[in-house]
Amino acid sequence: MALINIEIEGIPYQVEEGQTVLEAAKKCGYDIPSLCAYNHGECSRGSCRVCLVKVEGARGLVASCVYPVNEGMKIFIHDPDAVAARRASVELLLSNHSMKCQQCDKNEYCELLYAARVTGAREDMFLGSHTETTIDEITPSIIRDTSKCILCGRCIERCKSAHGKSVLGFEKRGFNTIVGPAENRSLADSPCILCGQCVSVCPTGALMEKSEIGRVDAAMKAGKYVVVQTAPAVRAALGEEFGMPIGTPVTGKMVAALRRLGFKKVFDTNYGADLTIMEEANELLARIKTGGVLPMITSCSPGWVNYCEINYGDLLPHLSSCKSPHEMFGAILKHYYAEKNGIKPEDMFVVSVMPCTAKKYEKEREANSVNGLPDVDAVLTTRELGRLIKRSGINFTKLPDEEFDNDIVGDYTGAGVIFGVTGGVMEAALRTAYFALTGKEHEMIKFEQVRGFEGIKEAALDMGGTVVKVAVAHGMKNAKVLLDQIREGKSEYHFIEIMGCPGGCIAGGGQPYVKPQFLKNEDIDILDTYKEKRASALYSEDERQTIRQSHNNPQMTALYKDFLGEPNSHMAHELLHTTYKARKPFADK
Amino acid sequence: MAHLNEAAVKQITEICDRYADENTPLMMILSDIQKEYGYIPLEVQELVSEKTGISVAEIYGVVTFYSFFSLKPKGKYVIGCCLGTACYVKGAQQVIDKFSELLGIAPGETSEDGLFTLDALRCIGACGIAPAVTINGKVYPKLSVNQVPEIVKSYRENGGAN
Repeated sequence: MALINIEIEGIPYQVEEGQTVLEAAKKCGYDIPSLCAYNHGECSRGSCRVCLVKVEGARGLVASCVYPVNEGMKIFIHDPDAVAARRASVELLLSNHSMKCQQCDKNEYCELLYAARVTGAREDMFLGSHTETTIDEITPSIIRDTSKCILCGRCIERCKSAHGKSVLGFEKRGFNTIVGPAENRSLADSPCILCGQCVSVCPTGALMEKSEIGRVDAAMKAGKYVVVQTAPAVRAALGEEFGMPIGTPVTGKMVAALRRLGFKKVFDTNYGADLTIMEEANELLARIKTGGVLPMITSCSPGWVNYCEINYGDLLPHLSSCKSPHEMFGAILKHYYAEKNGIKPEDMFVVSVMPCTAKKYEKEREANSVNGLPDVDAVLTTRELGRLIKRSGINFTKLPDEEFDNDIVGDYTGAGVIFGVTGGVMEAALRTAYFALTGKEHEMIKFEQVRGFEGIKEAALDMGGTVVKVAVAHGMKNAKVLLDQIREGKSEYHFIEIMGCPGGCIAGGGQPYVKPQFLKNEDIDILDTYKEKRASALYSEDERQTIRQSHNNPQMTALYKDFLGEPNSHMAHELLHTTYKARKPFADK
Repeated sequence: MAHLNEAAVKQITEICDRYADENTPLMMILSDIQKEYGYIPLEVQELVSEKTGISVAEIYGVVTFYSFFSLKPKGKYVIGCCLGTACYVKGAQQVIDKFSELLGIAPGETSEDGLFTLDALRCIGACGIAPAVTINGKVYPKLSVNQVPEIVKSYRENGGAN
């Protein structure tokens, strides 16, 4: 890219041609206050008018997020007119905002509040009407509150870039404009898969996860035997809630914090992941051997399962019947662990900490319960766990490192850890499937072909004479390509891994917000690099494990010997497998 | 899309196919559907989404942005009262109020018998003959409030023929 010369506040800089003023200024060390602008224009470009600057020779002030730099441009950020205009833009946004900042869970990470602070905006400068409000609290996963929406369009663009077609859109016109699903429906009656990607980019509290902290409080108060399990991706990001650099693994401190929060036992969902691999790899082999429905597709990601039910009901037989790891673990805890420890299953309350908003919905599915007892009783996102820890006065960064409970369940292998990143489930499954087919361990352990953030990855593996072809997709936009191949009868694969969120669980809709204005110590391109950083935290934990294949987890062997019999046994099906149902994109009213 | 009958699916599909080679076909498709099918309910939007790859949310956004598009069936006779500046100063508000009173519907609504839809339009470019009203494309120039009952009556009784 050619370099051009510009000046900011009279100081010369060389910047890349084709960048916007906002991007160029950022590289030169300036954070121009901006609201609607998100990474690489993932927004409705220039709608909020907060990033106005003066450019010599330009007519009026320009929105720096859409205005390209050119040779010899002279930019003034600190110009009094620009400063006043930026403040007025924020004041106008505040005038149609609900201003319930104290009660808003976004408070600490609210970009509007931040912009108001840095621009010096006053909240009551423009008093007047408010757009009619819609608050949608119907889904178990996401709350949409239009009174906090600033119409930046980030959620729309994110939904589109992740999933191809956005569920959300601008509707109506002028002052009545709102963002929502068609007909301003509830997300529950729309094709929304509840992945929470929109939540992770929303600058304000307009899109938030539905908190279940209250449920956990109630269970503790009622004297239930409250246990907790944490998904692999949580440890790769929880530290960010406490100012630690992105990619810092905080497994030990997280366990210590959960103990201090009063959970009777602290387990690792990775045990469930190992169990999933045992079931899933054997389900795959059975399908290959008996001519079952192929390709088989993973079912760990509830966002993906929702997408399949809503858009590809005809392909549901391709989905593995395996419950997701935390559901499997919940069932084992209530129907195996509880009995072994003299606890009544109905007295046990299983909390899952997940990087995911769709998991909140998943746990309510009827097929994810055994004898009327839900496998999991509450799901907290990584962010909610952050809030819970802060609320309890725990100084997270000063905590000692502690170990997960693993008395009869809870041990895990490296294979379980990498479930949290795209390609991880596939890699873990290949490690075990290879062993099951050939009777020996694959010498490589690492399957590089399925790592990384390419939209679609594929590999072919010779497993003792059988060539197994696999593919990995993340984000529904990529998944759609593979699904359409199956529909057209052109799919060559045996096994496909699909995760709902681009990047996998490490960038799930329940993970800590990555908002550069609050991350002054991170690299300026952090929005492009955070996924890799979080992923490397998981891959390094995999490498630290002495046992890296699910089938070599001694507790797996014991569980099957002692309780389940063998993979895909009757008992295993009772507890560890689930069913799916096709749904319409827009439920009838 | 369970509510669309076969003929409707065929009609909408045919309209979508007309613009298969366009880069941005949405406005043209919706405009033809509005004219030929009469309205653009959600089921139709779902079908257009399937044919064009544009999300239902985006289509719904366009349909609700432009007042030309409607989500509900329009009446047999669509009365468009211009409320642009010239018509307005010439008394268009009183004219539309009179239609509203006689038909028992507010602007934007359709009468229960399905006969009339009353639309408030912005400038229709006929300022020289203000206040102007169009009924199914037929223009009524320099309309006064007194003429309104007669017009309504003529449409009720013989489809507007004088």
